[in-house]
Amino acid sequence: MRYIRPLSIEDAVGQLAGSSGTAAILAGGSDLLVRMKGGFVEPDLIVDIKAIESLSEIRETAEGFSIGAAVPCAVVGENASLKKAWPGVVEAAKLIGSKQVQGRCTIVGNLCNASPAADSVPALVAAGARAVVVGPGGRRTIAVEAVPTGPGKTSLAKSEIIEAILLDKRAPRSGDAYLRFIPRTEMDIAVVSAGVNLTIDEAGVVKSARVAVGAAAPTVLLVEEAAEALIGRKLDEAALERLAKVCAGACRPIDDKRGTVEFRRKVAGVLARRAAMTAYTRAGGK
Amino acid sequence: MNFDPRFAGRSFTSVGTRPIRPDGVDKVTGRARYGADFNMAGQLVGRVLRSPHAHAKIRKIDTSKAEQLPGVKAVITAADLPDLTDGDAGMYDILDNCMARTKALYDGHAVAAVAAVDARTARQALKLIEVDYELLPHVTDVDEAMKHSAPLVNDAIFTEGLEQKPVKPSNVAKRSQFGHGDVHQGFGQADFVVERSFKTEQTHQGYIEPHACVASVSSDGTADLWVCTQGHFVYRQHCAQLLGLEASKLRVTSSEIGGGFGGKTHVWAEPVALALSRKAGRPVKLVMTRDEVFRASGPTSATSIDVKIGARKDGTITAAEATLRYTSGPYAGMWAELGAMTAFACYKLDNVKTVGYEVLVNRPKTAAYRAPSAPMAAFAVESAVDELAKQIGIDPVEFRIKNAAQEGTRSSYGPVYGPIGIGPTLEAAKNHPHMKAPLKENQGRGMACGFWFNFGGQTCTDLNIGMDGSVSLAVGTVDVGGSRASLSLVAAEELGIDYSHVKAIVADTSSLGYNDMTDGSRGTFSSSMATISAARNAIRVLRERAAQMWDVPVDDVHWEQGHAIARGEKYGNLSPLSLKEIAAQSGKTGGPIAGHSELVADGAGVSFATHICDIEVDPETGATRVIRYTVVQDAGKAVHPTYVEGQYQGGAAQGIGWALNEEYIYGKDGRLQNPGFLDYRIPVCSDLPMIDTQILEIPNPNHPYGVRGVGETSIVPPLAAIANAVSNAAGVRMTHIPMSPPRILAAIEAEREG
Repeated sequence: MRYIRPLSIEDAVGQLAGSSGTAAILAGGSDLLVRMKGGFVEPDLIVDIKAIESLSEIRETAEGFSIGAAVPCAVVGENASLKKAWPGVVEAAKLIGSKQVQGRCTIVGNLCNASPAADSVPALVAAGARAVVVGPGGRRTIAVEAVPTGPGKTSLAKSEIIEAILLDKRAPRSGDAYLRFIPRTEMDIAVVSAGVNLTIDEAGVVKSARVAVGAAAPTVLLVEEAAEALIGRKLDEAALERLAKVCAGACRPIDDKRGTVEFRRKVAGVLARRAAMTAYTRAGGK
Repeated sequence: MNFDPRFAGRSFTSVGTRPIRPDGVDKVTGRARYGADFNMAGQLVGRVLRSPHAHAKIRKIDTSKAEQLPGVKAVITAADLPDLTDGDAGMYDILDNCMARTKALYDGHAVAAVAAVDARTARQALKLIEVDYELLPHVTDVDEAMKHSAPLVNDAIFTEGLEQKPVKPSNVAKRSQFGHGDVHQGFGQADFVVERSFKTEQTHQGYIEPHACVASVSSDGTADLWVCTQGHFVYRQHCAQLLGLEASKLRVTSSEIGGGFGGKTHVWAEPVALALSRKAGRPVKLVMTRDEVFRASGPTSATSIDVKIGARKDGTITAAEATLRYTSGPYAGMWAELGAMTAFACYKLDNVKTVGYEVLVNRPKTAAYRAPSAPMAAFAVESAVDELAKQIGIDPVEFRIKNAAQEGTRSSYGPVYGPIGIGPTLEAAKNHPHMKAPLKENQGRGMACGFWFNFGGQTCTDLNIGMDGSVSLAVGTVDVGGSRASLSLVAAEELGIDYSHVKAIVADTSSLGYNDMTDGSRGTFSSSMATISAARNAIRVLRERAAQMWDVPVDDVHWEQGHAIARGEKYGNLSPLSLKEIAAQSGKTGGPIAGHSELVADGAGVSFATHICDIEVDPETGATRVIRYTVVQDAGKAVHPTYVEGQYQGGAAQGIGWALNEEYIYGKDGRLQNPGFLDYRIPVCSDLPMIDTQILEIPNPNHPYGVRGVGETSIVPPLAAIANAVSNAAGVRMTHIPMSPPRILAAIEAEREG
């Protein structure tokens, strides 16, 4: 096993491209180290990206925000302007693990671990976040939902690294929210989850919306029909009812140790409904 | 001098105070040595190969490739642990459980083990061991296992306790029955009858420290074992018997213990580590992973229980009956029997009958878990009691008070009670402000009672007085919950000196006579009795020495408040001699001063508790939150009240986890799905409210200070109290533990749909 700590993303990509055998990227390590300790993986090469300066920054630009791949979620949670613009994304990132884990874990790591239950991903998908991917051929930007392709699998090539997550500048009267269901209060993994992001007009009518459901299919679901249930309406009971029903219907969950199919369907709807109400309030809707 | 253990009403100076525990600083600074903290020069790493199958015949194990791997120093299978149990069926089961002999009986059953120079080599070696399994059909569910069509776990088991010896083998190892009166007649007198079936899933004690030991067998046949255990003397006996050693040749030292709760009353890894060390000729350290702890140590039973209780309109119970089926893993056990004994122990009943069935399944061998078997029985009974109270239209506390057992009541399991605390705990609960606190929407209140026998057993202590007058107390019961502090208080009380001058240690098996384990809530009960006895023996020596120093008859020398006092007119001018003064002269008056004690601590007083809790249920998701929790329990006499409260809170916390989320989840393949703390959900801090406690002190007549065991009873009422609270909050009777959100939501939905 070889461990390297490159100082530039180009060097990191080059090392990955030149390696034979299995390779793993190490940011906070809150997934990788646990898997290694459990004997599930034994990578030949570990590329620690924490020494690459640009990856440890949250940048606010004219277009919005760029969150570096090595930024711990605790730092995400302390960024006041990010929190103001994207409270749903921040609250999702802050739910990962525990206080101790928060100091290490990253949202890019959460995305690339490709768990359908990842907490930050439904919020990012609802937010329309994009990922900047760096590879031997250069940079490309893709939608966050295009990264995971199934449990533990991503669309990234072996020599590609996600450099940052991009979030748009916020339109006025916008709000987002994320809720997950866990049987205890912390240190847990979502049984099912929902993220809602919406923008309203001055009259409180929803102009645009994105709704994502987590832990209810092999990847996080972007439920377009759920967004349609909200768009063009105020958040009345009928709209919420329809939202819940559509989200429940969109789920393709399984029975497992964390919950049943029926439970996940039902609670996906309940959480989407509650998240929509919070997002609406945050957008200034009454 | 004969020791008189009877309760003598007295006032206390040290007992009942709350000093800092002697092991506290080392524990909070990380200096304390737990099982995995012992190391020896040349030590090897031991690892165990475990069956991935729930039930399989072991055709052949080929270890040759593993043996050839550089760095591997020993590989063992069952052949290296020959059967020396000499017809002792219980020990044979322990042996077979340590290392499968002909069949792997559950997912995680040990089949081979290696000792290598490092962990990586040991892991590689495990992969090189080839086991040829023949898969057999398996059964993990308690009710399924009882069916005639179920796969047989062990075809040599024929149900015991039946009137006629059965001709066919069965998964039911034993039937037991308790009770008195005529339940049929009793139900005939009832105006209301509640009859319900309940299930509880298997749970693990969840101790934070995994099993760990270092074994070192010398070529001269002597051996040392450092181990995390609740009973090093019992481990010595078991290991010596399984390894063919004389007990005195095996010295076992217990480490600090990061939780046991009954799960460290049983050997698993220790005989394996000793066998590896014997074969390798080097010390071997064996530490179980969390995955191994879940799959292959000793969780409690899964159960299926039917309860029927009848009462008259005036609230008098006329008859009570229960059938209890408890899993025991793949070996015979006595878990249903304990459930059948405890089920109705809180009540005064004319007609009562309980029947227990020990059920074999392809799961790990069941071990004790804090008041083993009682919580599940209490869940079923106290749920039915609550429902019956509701039907009659009587307050559930009043209903229990009306039917509570008292001094002189013949218990449902046989004996007649002495002075007991069930009535007082119920009265205290009834008058507790918690009972009157307002509830909000979607919140429910529940209460329940619990009983545990408590145990005394063989105990031995040594009390040595140094020449500086300080006192060393060596005890043989492992300190799980603060007993060194409690026993130091007792020694200080008896000798009349300050707590700070007493230092208690847990002695190893070669330094003290045999002690039973710290189980059955016996640690402080029995070792305090032996400490009082040892202190009184030391006081006798101190008086003799004082008499010698004064040159007066010993009968005229009395012991008061840490001083020898010569009583009588003629000794008026003699000033009292302190313990310190007598100790300083001991070299000239006959040598070291010590008190020894060996006794069987009989008369552990039974213990009762009543718990109250408030739960909020989210009716849309089935999520629960414990809003408030109160424990009322009889301690006899709380020696160190802080640690008594700790026991009350700890039992309640474990009960809350068990009631709401903890469960062993097996797949269709018979493999455990959740062997880790992520998906085996014990409560985290933020899941729990501050657990309020109220200590009652109804003296145990069989202990000089009135002490009763307090460690276990606190886990008996929670399942029922929480089930009653959830049922009241959700408006539907919950009959399956744990009441996880999916189960609660499904019950609410079913109730809505009618």
